Amino acid sequence: MPILVPDINLRIIAPALIVTVTAIVVLLGELVTPAERKRWLGYLSIAGLVVAAFAAFSLWGANASGFSGMVVADNFGLFLTLTIALSAALSILLSIPFIHAHEIDQGEYYVLLLASVAGMIVMATATDLIVIFLGLELLSLPLYILAAFQREDTRSLEAGIKYFLLGAFSSAFFLYGIALVFGATGTTNLAKIAASLAQSAGSPMLSIGVGLLMVGFAFKVALVPFHWWTPDVYDGAPTTVTAFMSVAVKAAAFGAFFRTFQFALPALALDWRAVAAVLAVLTMTLGNVAALLQSNVKRMLAYSSIAHAGYILIALVAMSANGLSSALFYLLAYTVTNLGAFGAVIALSDGARERLEIKDFAGAAREHPLVALALTICLLSLAGFPPFAGFVGKFLIFGAAVETGWAWLAVIGVLNSLVSVYFYLRPVVQMYMSEPAEGWSGIRVAPLVALALLIAVISVIALGVFPAPAIALAAGGLIR
Amino acid sequence: MSLLVFYLFAAIAVLAALGMVVLRNPVHSALSLALVFVSLAAMYVLLSAPFIAVAQVMIYAGAILILFVFVIMLLSPGTDQGVGALKAQRGLAILFGAALLVLLIAVLGGAVLPPTRGTFTPEAIAAEGDTQAVGALLFTNFLLPFEITSILLLVAIVGVIVLAKKRQSISKQ
Repeated sequence: MPILVPDINLRIIAPALIVTVTAIVVLLGELVTPAERKRWLGYLSIAGLVVAAFAAFSLWGANASGFSGMVVADNFGLFLTLTIALSAALSILLSIPFIHAHEIDQGEYYVLLLASVAGMIVMATATDLIVIFLGLELLSLPLYILAAFQREDTRSLEAGIKYFLLGAFSSAFFLYGIALVFGATGTTNLAKIAASLAQSAGSPMLSIGVGLLMVGFAFKVALVPFHWWTPDVYDGAPTTVTAFMSVAVKAAAFGAFFRTFQFALPALALDWRAVAAVLAVLTMTLGNVAALLQSNVKRMLAYSSIAHAGYILIALVAMSANGLSSALFYLLAYTVTNLGAFGAVIALSDGARERLEIKDFAGAAREHPLVALALTICLLSLAGFPPFAGFVGKFLIFGAAVETGWAWLAVIGVLNSLVSVYFYLRPVVQMYMSEPAEGWSGIRVAPLVALALLIAVISVIALGVFPAPAIALAAGGLIR
Repeated sequence: MSLLVFYLFAAIAVLAALGMVVLRNPVHSALSLALVFVSLAAMYVLLSAPFIAVAQVMIYAGAILILFVFVIMLLSPGTDQGVGALKAQRGLAILFGAALLVLLIAVLGGAVLPPTRGTFTPEAIAAEGDTQAVGALLFTNFLLPFEITSILLLVAIVGVIVLAKKRQSISKQ
């Protein structure tokens, strides 16, 4: 019997590998770290993420695939890898003081977060439906546990169990979709699926498979009508976990979403573009309208994240090179903006007592002018005001939609952005125009939270004022 | 003949799966699940994949299900009572579930698989050996998914411990 040599190319999975190794080192380090030094595990995790980001950067332009066509290191995947690593590093900066204040500072927190990052990187660089599915599971499983990490809080447990049950359900849909696509095309490799569909017309079985794949992706990125879990999970989970999953999951899942649909299934574009356009309209509209009614900041940001998923979906409907690069830029802009907003909310909390109702923010500007300013900048960026990152992102996405003849979709997007201004400005009005509520004095903003906030706000402004380098980077991110 | 066996085990699998969801006693549900696993193993045999069939019986019907039954007996949760809160959703769930079922039957009932056959025809498997084929694939083409699965299992173990073990910082107070 001949000896079979597997197609091992560790270099192209280096980012995911480094993150995984860091997770294991942190897991072992937890055993020998005394309770008062747990924060070092957080610093170690950030160091691992920085190394992984450098590894991703050194692969830029390599366009190499490996492991029998299972993964690829193309610029599209690497851009998302960098975005995910950035979001994880900022989330950990926010987490170190947060989990200490809430008495949940266990090393496993970082282990689970890093494992989730590894899954996200795998998902963003996968070129085979099986690997996409495994990446999806590897990113989801740690998040189910992280959502329930505040075990003493029943709402955190509720978030964990809800996310787990609905996530498992949607994974089943996704897996069934893979099975049907495999049945119709005889392969799970994205390139081979595209080649198979270029030769023969699709069948009803393939259409159903593709529909089920879409349900799976739609659940993970929280598109209406698959969004029901989002407000409860985002609300119940520890705030730093919410911050992390609201941005990083979107980057990874949208990466695989774009890769699967735009790259492997262009033959069925006529069908899925129409469905995606309807989903985009529903998602934007319902997300923004529901956000109007929220009095809790975490729930408001949850509905806002649903609305933003709708905007990004417009880029998929556009199905062009510009659509792809605009989605990449938008995901990066949304990542830094949303993390900044959550960071400011965390900065304004009083030890273990969080201020999550919008009316709690009354008078914050007088006591914490810098944090209030940071929150204002991030909320304006989310609403799409120039000169912040969110404006450039929306501009690029709506531009890509108009170019490809989906102007009506762009119009609905703009109208929705107008609606969103109202609820994004409500906390701002409270902070600047209301009398201070009791208990503001004596709150110190943790230095690490301040650092994360500073990085996020500088990125929001830099991406808004000098977007050209990031756009050029995103434009190089075409799927190979 | 094999078609007859297929329909027999398919019917058992569907009925047992329904029983698993519908039955109120968790032990009965677990036993129905065992029946599903065994019928699926029979299907794998029909597909000339005896290794997968044996693995299915050993791991799912054996190890995992025994674990389920152990947990059920240790916790003795009694019969299921949590359905009342979801009454309003039940009608909708049945409606949409039935619609999806009709759609799947309509489409998949008439589906024709592409005529191209893969590398692993029954003859090829018979020549190479079923276990050898699975092993070779697992360590060549499917090496990466195989390794990702191992990380996934590690994460699951860590997660279970995080959720289940006593927290030191709490017990200290």
